[in-house]
Amino acid sequence: MPISEWFGKNKNDNNGEGRAEKLVIPDGVWLKCDSCGEVVFHREFERRFKVCPKCGFHAPLGALERIAHLIDLGTFNEIATGIVSCDPLDFRANKSYTEVVEAARAKTGLAEAVVCGSGEIDGRPVAFLVMDFSFIGGSMGSVVGEKVTELFEWAADMRRPVVSVCASGGARMQEGMYSLIQMAKTSAAVGRHASTGCSYISLLCHPTTGGVLASFASLADIIVAEPKALIGFTGPRVIEQTMKQKLPKGFQTAEFMLEHGQVDMIVPRADQKETIGRLIDYTTRDVG
Amino acid sequence: MRKFILDFERPVAELEEKLEELKQLSSAGQPDIAAEIGYLEAQIEKLRVHIYSNLTPWQRVQIARHPDRPRTLDYIEAIFTDFIELKGDRLFADDPAMIGGFARLDHVKAMVVGTQKGRNTKENVMRNFGMPHPEGYRKALRLMTLADKNALPIISFIDTLGAYPGIGAEERGQAAAIATNLMTMAKLSVPIIAVNIGEGGSGGALALGVADTVLMLENSYYSVISPEGCASILWRDNAKAPTAAEELGLTADKLLEHGLVDTVIKEPLGGAHRAPALVARDLKKALVAAVRRHLTKTPGELVEGRYARMRAVGSFESAEEAAEASE
Ligand SMILES: [Zn+2]
Repeated sequence: MPISEWFGKNKNDNNGEGRAEKLVIPDGVWLKCDSCGEVVFHREFERRFKVCPKCGFHAPLGALERIAHLIDLGTFNEIATGIVSCDPLDFRANKSYTEVVEAARAKTGLAEAVVCGSGEIDGRPVAFLVMDFSFIGGSMGSVVGEKVTELFEWAADMRRPVVSVCASGGARMQEGMYSLIQMAKTSAAVGRHASTGCSYISLLCHPTTGGVLASFASLADIIVAEPKALIGFTGPRVIEQTMKQKLPKGFQTAEFMLEHGQVDMIVPRADQKETIGRLIDYTTRDVG
Repeated sequence: MRKFILDFERPVAELEEKLEELKQLSSAGQPDIAAEIGYLEAQIEKLRVHIYSNLTPWQRVQIARHPDRPRTLDYIEAIFTDFIELKGDRLFADDPAMIGGFARLDHVKAMVVGTQKGRNTKENVMRNFGMPHPEGYRKALRLMTLADKNALPIISFIDTLGAYPGIGAEERGQAAAIATNLMTMAKLSVPIIAVNIGEGGSGGALALGVADTVLMLENSYYSVISPEGCASILWRDNAKAPTAAEELGLTADKLLEHGLVDTVIKEPLGGAHRAPALVARDLKKALVAAVRRHLTKTPGELVEGRYARMRAVGSFESAEEAAEASE
């Protein structure tokens, strides 16, 4: 879902202060927060990387926005590029898989649901991967699995820490078992990277579920979560149907996962870059 | 005892009932029935062959879920000797949906692990219908690590609809437990043979499936998501499960065709439950052969080979090729 939809399009219904009308503000200057409904200044919202200044709601960020947020300006170099998915099962639901992928490319401008590269976080070199939920729910098929694996292998060769940012509904159904096995493939690559002694820090964002959570995203040395992010193996709807009972309030939120020992900390977007930088410091051997 | 009959088997079952009636008449002294009995028997056989030779993926899923289908423990009893069950994850509990222990395969000392469904309703409740909690995956990992320490080959049996979707499972880290199995199994320096005997449901099945050889019984299925789950998400209609089963390419023959599994073991007409001893015999042969083959390898060769196996799985092409193709 594009950001504009999350926040509603109309900025003229802010009858609170009336200042908006007086200033004759062009379209897109004000936004309505999807969580608290307050009207907020667009530039302020963008400056905070899409965190509502009124209630602290963390709106979804795309892969490129995450790079801008966490990676030092001008240091990002994309790697593991140049592959596109096939349609091994000739999968067709209401649309063919090929059409689904093409639509996702057109909508997001991305080649796939993950972007991988090298870059620096406050001057510290890292291997970085970021998933984009707006690309078929951030699902992992062959291309995502291959790119993630390549990144971990590259980082192992270069002796670099890996930082991953996940937002994914899980394995991509349309590639069937090819997708499922990407879980094993990426997990094995994490294991190889770990055996070089390099660290891996995973940032879990809204939502991270299914096959991505049950593979590389959970295998980090340190797991950081974004406030209120939905994190869990099975989605809440399926659990509710299976258990035939209402789920406890806050079930599968980042806060719930912290309470149950599944993540190390919850870090708001404003502090993520600095925190991850400090974590890299602690998990990198001092040279000399 | 009433036999469990699947919908698509009903025509056969009806003829079988008729046959039974005829046989009773015959034994009651009715003459001239022998010919009719012979004719009916031939008809039934023809119909059976016709139905079971043209199974749809959805029908195979139903056979894979058949309540009479042999379970992991049935195969352990039939194939292995000297089984010593080991229990517990040393962290929280023993999960009856996952079993494991030492056993001998044709005199070779080995470790077996596997998901376990019940053989009746009461047992199924105890076994949680073969759907493990995190403690089940952690028990399996504990036993596999123990096998690694003692240089024992591992045979894992997969038969689960999936990892259990529940509150406790989430609280105790279902995703992390599965992920840890995937990562650790890739590093074990002993042979790992996985065999799918029924249901291979998603990550909860794969958590036992990182192996040097993957076998499947003819009517087992292996899938990224259950057909019902896929139908409800992509078609927004659970009734589309048969279509989803078709699209997901989850049958043993399809997966063999794609090179995603190594060997498919034939089942008798109608499914493994029609002749469990026969299936156990063939499965044993395949297991012994696979274990022998991998035992000749060094630990390094095993680990490298297993990594390369997984590394090679993916369906993609270079962007340039794709662009050229579409021109
Ligand atoms: Zn707000």
